[in-house]
Amino acid sequence: MTDFFKLHFFIPLGIVLALIIIPYVGYMANQQLVLAVVIPYLAVLIFLEGLIYRVIKWARSPVPFRIPTTCAQNRSLPWIKKSIGEKLDNPETTLQVIGRMALEVLFFRSLFRNLTTKLRRPADHPEDAKLYYWSYKWLWLGAIAFHYTFLIVLLRHLRFFTETTPGFVQTIEHVDGWFQIFQPTVYLTGIILLAALTYLLLRRVYNPNMRYISLASDYFPLFLIMAIGTTGILMRYFFKVDITAVKQLALGLVTFKPTVPAGIGVIFYIHLFLVSVLFMYFPFSKLLHMAGVFLSPTRNLANNNRWVRHINPWNYPVKFHPYIEHENKYRQAMKEVGLPVEKE
Amino acid sequence: MAKIPTPEELSNISFQPPAKGWMDTKPEFKEGCYCNAASPKWLEWLDYPYPRNWSVRDEDWKLPANWKEILLEGFDERLGRFRTLKLFMDICVRCGACADKCQFFIGSGDPKNMPVLRAELMRSIYRRYFTTAGKVLGKLAGARPLTEDVIKEWYYYLYQCSECRRCSVFCPYGIDMADLTILGRELLSSIGLNIEWTMASVGSCYETVGHIGATPQAYKDMIDFFAEENERVTGVYTNVTYNRKGAEILFIVPSGDYFADPGTFNYMGYLLLFEYLGLDYTISTYAAEGGNFGYFMSHEMGKRLNAKFYEEAKRLGVKWILGGECGHMWRVCNQYMSTWNGPADFLEEPVSPITGTKFENAKNHKMVHISEFTADLIKHGKLKLDPSRNAHIKLTYHDSCNPSRAMGLFEEPRYIIRNVVPEGNFIEMPSNTIREKTFCCGSGSGFNGDEYLEMRFRGGFPRANAVRYVRDKYGVNHLACICAIDRAVFPPLLDYWVPGMDVIGVSEMVGNALVFPNEIERTTDLRDRPLVGCEEAEEEEGGEIE
Ligand code: HEM
Ligand code: SF4
Ligand code: SF4
Repeated sequence: MTDFFKLHFFIPLGIVLALIIIPYVGYMANQQLVLAVVIPYLAVLIFLEGLIYRVIKWARSPVPFRIPTTCAQNRSLPWIKKSIGEKLDNPETTLQVIGRMALEVLFFRSLFRNLTTKLRRPADHPEDAKLYYWSYKWLWLGAIAFHYTFLIVLLRHLRFFTETTPGFVQTIEHVDGWFQIFQPTVYLTGIILLAALTYLLLRRVYNPNMRYISLASDYFPLFLIMAIGTTGILMRYFFKVDITAVKQLALGLVTFKPTVPAGIGVIFYIHLFLVSVLFMYFPFSKLLHMAGVFLSPTRNLANNNRWVRHINPWNYPVKFHPYIEHENKYRQAMKEVGLPVEKE
Repeated sequence: MAKIPTPEELSNISFQPPAKGWMDTKPEFKEGCYCNAASPKWLEWLDYPYPRNWSVRDEDWKLPANWKEILLEGFDERLGRFRTLKLFMDICVRCGACADKCQFFIGSGDPKNMPVLRAELMRSIYRRYFTTAGKVLGKLAGARPLTEDVIKEWYYYLYQCSECRRCSVFCPYGIDMADLTILGRELLSSIGLNIEWTMASVGSCYETVGHIGATPQAYKDMIDFFAEENERVTGVYTNVTYNRKGAEILFIVPSGDYFADPGTFNYMGYLLLFEYLGLDYTISTYAAEGGNFGYFMSHEMGKRLNAKFYEEAKRLGVKWILGGECGHMWRVCNQYMSTWNGPADFLEEPVSPITGTKFENAKNHKMVHISEFTADLIKHGKLKLDPSRNAHIKLTYHDSCNPSRAMGLFEEPRYIIRNVVPEGNFIEMPSNTIREKTFCCGSGSGFNGDEYLEMRFRGGFPRANAVRYVRDKYGVNHLACICAIDRAVFPPLLDYWVPGMDVIGVSEMVGNALVFPNEIERTTDLRDRPLVGCEEAEEEEGGEIE
């Protein structure tokens, strides 16, 4: 175990454990109001302001050059036809750009291309070293599983924040809970979420190169979201809390009439605190890729430089070697070999 | 020059990272794996800062006293100018999808050649000086102080990235290490750190005719020689005009196509095609370098060199520009030219004078790629082609990084190839190694120097490996390409990994196949190699000469 790994793995782990203890202590010290009202409000405030601040900060830097990564044929002669897929991999129009972005955001298109590379070098024929590439969708699958279950879990929580559960949330719950052998209904998403997170964590730890590049800021969100998921599952199936009271609290928060009903178990406060930390952490971390992906100049521009001029707002004149200096330097020789000149 | 390990030794690559964390490992400047420092004369020539004699192997790189301030100020300024830089510093999740996509990582196993870690080399500095978390938490936040060792590391690894964009294809956010490398190299330049090969090429072509520093008269000599060679092989003398005002088209090629084989044969191919068509074109001794090594140093230097294109087109009063086969020239012309030096409103929307095809896709920057131009001619049946003259060529096609991932030129050259070689002679390499997933030749972005051969062979290993696959399986004997750097660097690369392969430009094959009404009996190709069926005649002739 390298020092680098210890630093970046164990410190975030320790921090997340501490983040579990803090609300526990707070609960014991009867600080429910702080835990359930002050901190969540603060978290949402920081989340929104931070997000806006960061996006504005990015947006303030211009895009001097139009440099989409072209992953398919560009517009060419009229008889060179492009399939829909090619249009989305090398978009020519805004509509196609929107399509490309939708594929990136909804289906992680680029990650779907993922390959793995293997070098095979037979010991008895070292001169026969060969490289092999395979499609490698596990990362894509893990990423999709994690993000979509995270989204669904988030949406399911809307039932706490609304007087009557919206129809689409009910549908989600219904589909999610089709696995109705146990009581209460087991939501598959929660389980998949944790499984996917575990996979993402394990590949970081076990793949030597992944471990080599991983920083505390990579482990921390994984630990944090795992802790959130775990406390959620514990609360739902094992240490049950008073759901009516939770709903009352949640409704109070969204209607700006916060109340703290008595009798909600400590596990809830831990869960809520961790979620608040995630919100506060979000704008200052790599989680911001959620917003950043939309701004990425290699993805969100049409590859149309050749027919539409792109303007660089800070384009400045540069010194170059003008023709006349070229001629001045070589005039005599040019004339001798019959090259036309401007000045005789 | 360093001794190059054998292919057997070189392919013994370990993908196990070192035990120590990456912040604690210093780069080891291994002979054959770094580019030499630029000599001061080029810097003076180009008004580049801090010209001085220094050497990579020296402990002291003689940086200016306030190098740190200069570098950080430059970083800050670029954060304000390039959204790419700011965004790419912030949003990488270190998912590692890009890691084994870089040919320099595959070929070296050095973890700092994983695009994600290459970027971290810069990101760690960004965090330390431009983010609160980095300032406060330091190492824990992935931040580290800027030291001379960091600069050396940048120099080493930013010059082990050929700006090929392969990583960007696979990154879920399109993080483009190539863009970061360009900006990182700009920062290195700002404190007087440049590489000799690039600087020498830029210095030469800035004021003279091309990268090799030819004079206009020598340049004319070379091209006239191709015209004579064409006459010798085909019986057709290919007329060329230079700096001719009022020509319809200005033709610009990379100098690689006129100063070294096999590029020269490609040039002969261009000339034959134009002669065949009776094209009203001219070539310039001023805008004589299509390649733009300035772009490998900085956006600004790229712009300074590229300015000659429109300047000359304007002076000569041509209608539009035709560009030869060159990888990064086309990246520059697609991504930057009109933004830098446009609008080109003194030119007209390009129209093929032969077929009448309007190149609407080029109506802004007014420049047409020779492959588009030729494909259009073939499609319209304007060329009489005899593919059997390329029967000795069994080829595969290398998609050069720049036209692939920074433009999207895939079908045109393939269409031409299918029409100029016999059916069945064109074999694609495995699909994960071509088109947008193509591998770099290992020598792009200024890596042509011989002092760098080992790294070039490492970076070129994945490409060579795929070539070997089609050679062994289908008996492929040629690698075709539309890039002058390719034509310069593939011969040694393939000799090393896949002996017995020839490298050939697409236009050369067009030249071979073109049937002129007034030609002599063709017994050889443009390289004087006997055509299939003419081998004996050739031998007899050879005997006579002896
Ligand atoms: C538009 C929305 C989003 C998109 C398109 C997106 C996309 C991605 C992709 C492609 C990856 C890389 C694959 C992987 O490592 O799993 C990733 C990683 C990650 N995302 Fe997102 N994401 C989005 C929103 C979010 C949100 C809201 C969160 C959570 C709070 C989140 C948390 C993460 C985490 C923690 C990782 C790293 C996983 C790891 O360590 O391997 N993402 N995201
Ligand atoms: S693929 Fe993109 S997000 Fe993933 S590690 Fe590489 S640069 Fe970072
Ligand atoms: S641009 Fe190419 S050479 Fe550079 S890091 Fe990415 S894959 Fe490697």
